[in-house]
Amino acid sequence: MTDSDTRRDWMGLIARAPAARLDALWPDDAPPFDWLRRPEQGSMMVQGRAGAVGAAFNLGEVTVTRASVRLSCGAVGHALVQGLDARKAERAALLDALLQTPAQVELSARVLAPLRAAEAQAQQDSARRAAATKVDFFTMVRGEG
Amino acid sequence: MYVAVKGGARAIANAHAWLDEARRGDRDVPELGTDQIREQLSLAVDRVMAEGSLYDPELAALALKQARGDTIEAVFLIRAFRTTLPRFGGSLPVATADMQIKRRISATYKDAPGGQVLGPTFDYTHRLLDFGLAEGRDVPPAPMAETGLESAPHILSHLGGEGLMQAEPDGAGAVPDLTRDPLEFPAERALRLQALARGDEGFLLSLAYSTQRGYGRNHAFVGELRIGAVRVSAHLPELGFDIEFAEIVLTECESVNQFQGSKTAPAQFTRGYGLVFGQSERKAISMALVDRALRAQELGEDMSGAPAQDAEFVLSHCDNIQSSGFLEHIKLPHYVDFQAELELVRKLRRAAGADALPEAAE
Repeated sequence: MTDSDTRRDWMGLIARAPAARLDALWPDDAPPFDWLRRPEQGSMMVQGRAGAVGAAFNLGEVTVTRASVRLSCGAVGHALVQGLDARKAERAALLDALLQTPAQVELSARVLAPLRAAEAQAQQDSARRAAATKVDFFTMVRGEG
Repeated sequence: MYVAVKGGARAIANAHAWLDEARRGDRDVPELGTDQIREQLSLAVDRVMAEGSLYDPELAALALKQARGDTIEAVFLIRAFRTTLPRFGGSLPVATADMQIKRRISATYKDAPGGQVLGPTFDYTHRLLDFGLAEGRDVPPAPMAETGLESAPHILSHLGGEGLMQAEPDGAGAVPDLTRDPLEFPAERALRLQALARGDEGFLLSLAYSTQRGYGRNHAFVGELRIGAVRVSAHLPELGFDIEFAEIVLTECESVNQFQGSKTAPAQFTRGYGLVFGQSERKAISMALVDRALRAQELGEDMSGAPAQDAEFVLSHCDNIQSSGFLEHIKLPHYVDFQAELELVRKLRRAAGADALPEAAE
């Protein structure tokens, strides 16, 4: 993975994470930072495609919060997170900045790995529940064979 | 003529205080938390998100609580709140083929790759009231299979390969947005789909049913119905890449309808499409049928004058906030208008000599 692949992966992972889980994994005080953009609530228009594959159309909006920070070392962190939680956006932007510093190794293990594991586990559980409701057809022979 | 328009302030304040109290209900009953609404009345939450056209389960749960469970009032609250949010941009089109599937069925192919997955459905329940729920019975965890689902490609993609399914044209130019520009006719399909996606479920259900009963008949199969979570991506220009910033649950329905062919096109199947926020297959199937009915003109089919084929009729009336706004405004004071009508009717009666007639006709 390139650096930008890695970064987009963690930004998405943090954006989708429940705020409470993020707080539990990383309750620490933040290092000193400056706001480039204080948490700002808004929306993003979600698009679908006609017939799943055709022309794009506007389906409806989803709530988001965005924020940007700069650490004293100069690292800049951005966040665009789902929902209207300003604290989550702040934490996400700080994590994005810190993950670009030598703190990455520790934070990857402490925050990203559990988030990734939780997301994978939830997906796996859902897929197994769904698989349990899959129909196994069998054919009944009518009349005398 | 002036009519008193002041004097309502105290009555209004007291009415709202009573509304507050009525919403709370019997104080001996524990207050309902918005988390309980979100978790335990999730299909009501989904409907408010779909018709409110804003995906946020927390907000929708709050709106339902505030609206005392009145869906359309809750949708109104969400729509009003939405107008206060700046829009940062648009997502890339969601890839429903990559959906984390909870339910996926086809009425056209029994053995479709990926299988028939029932998911948490009301189908096959006996619709008998479960009095155990009233007493709060234990709910055991749902069974899990050893392994998860195999991948489930869109069923209609198999038909496309043979040319049996009409290809979906790519869009050209900017995607129209009815929240930015007023609805104008003729409305292109992208605009129609946006309006239907946020349209009233009951209205679309009735229209879809009308097509099944013969008003703009176009027999539909449910080619595929799928429900599950999809990731939403957006391009971040300041960084130059896309991130999957959200995960939302969607319901998608693709209907398969026959197309007889024309002088220039061979017979093939065509699609109606429904895509809805949350879990709502009644709405998604209805949307697909109405979308297909609205394509009648484009496909050169008989325009029988059926309501479901009339884009102006459907799109102008499918929004329950617009509809209830205009409907309910007539309960507001129209004292002056009515005085004018009263005068007019009296004048007409005088002119006809009606007032001179005795009460009894004989």
